[in-house]
Amino acid sequence: MSFFQIFDIAGSAMSAESVRLNVTASNLANAQSVGGSEETTYHARNPVFSAVMKSLQPDAPAYGVRVAGIVENRAPLEQRYEPDHPMANEEGYIFLPNVNMVEEMANMISASRSYQSNVEVVNTSKQLLMATLRLGQ
Amino acid sequence: MPIDIDKALGNLPTNLQVYSRRSSLLATNIANADTPGYKARDMDFRAVLEKAAGAGAVELRATRKGHIGFDTRTGPDAPALYRVPLQPSLDGNTVDLQTERAEFTQNAVRYQSTLTFLNGRFKGLLTAIKGE
Repeated sequence: MSFFQIFDIAGSAMSAESVRLNVTASNLANAQSVGGSEETTYHARNPVFSAVMKSLQPDAPAYGVRVAGIVENRAPLEQRYEPDHPMANEEGYIFLPNVNMVEEMANMISASRSYQSNVEVVNTSKQLLMATLRLGQ
Repeated sequence: MPIDIDKALGNLPTNLQVYSRRSSLLATNIANADTPGYKARDMDFRAVLEKAAGAGAVELRATRKGHIGFDTRTGPDAPALYRVPLQPSLDGNTVDLQTERAEFTQNAVRYQSTLTFLNGRFKGLLTAIKGE
C-alpha cells in the first residue's frame, strides 16, 4: 500500500531537514567563536543529502532521503589583529569562523519550508487513508 | 441475475491504486527537494489510465528474439518517467517544489473524488440489494 510508504518517505525527509536546521543553528551559534589557530577554530558545516533507493530496479518508487554526511567549509578563516585578546597567537592574530550569516539565514528558511511541505504531505496522506477506511459507510 | 461487484465498480479501484502510487512518487519528489542530483519522477497519468481502461493499447510485433516491445505495464505498475525541468539548477536537482506541491494536492483531490464516486456505487448496490 503506497500510502504507508509516504509516511516513511516524508518522515525521512523531515528528519533530514531537522538535521539541516540543527547544523544551521550550530553555525549561527558559533558565528563569533574565535580561536587561536586555523585548526582549533570553528568552521561552518553543511549537511549533504542523498536519495535512498529501496531496490535497484529502475522504476522502484520508494525513495527516502538521508544525510550522507556533514562537511566542513574549508574556506580560509578571517584573521584579525587583536594582540590583547586572550586567544591571540604569537603574532597577535585571532581567527574568526567562516560562517556567512546571510547564507545561514537563507538555509534556515529553506529547511523550514521543506519541512513544512513534508508535514503537509503526511497530513494529506493521513486524511486520504482515513477517507479510504470510511469507504462504503 | 447475480450482481457482479467488479463490473459495478468499473475501473474506479484501479484509479485509486494509480492515484496512490502517484502520490507516493510525488511525496518522494517533495522529500528529495534538496538532494543534489536527484531527478524528479512522475507518471504519464492519462496514458496510464487509458491503458488501464483498455483503450489505445498499441503493441509492437516482435519478429526476432532481440526485439524490444513497448513497456506495456499498466495501472499502478506503470513505469515512472523523469520530469522535464522548468529551469536548470546548479546541483543537478530537477525538483520544482511549487509544481510538486500543486500536483500532490491535485492528486489528493482526485483520489478523494474517486472515493466519493466509489461510495456512490456502493450506495447504489445497497439500494438494489435492499429493494427499498
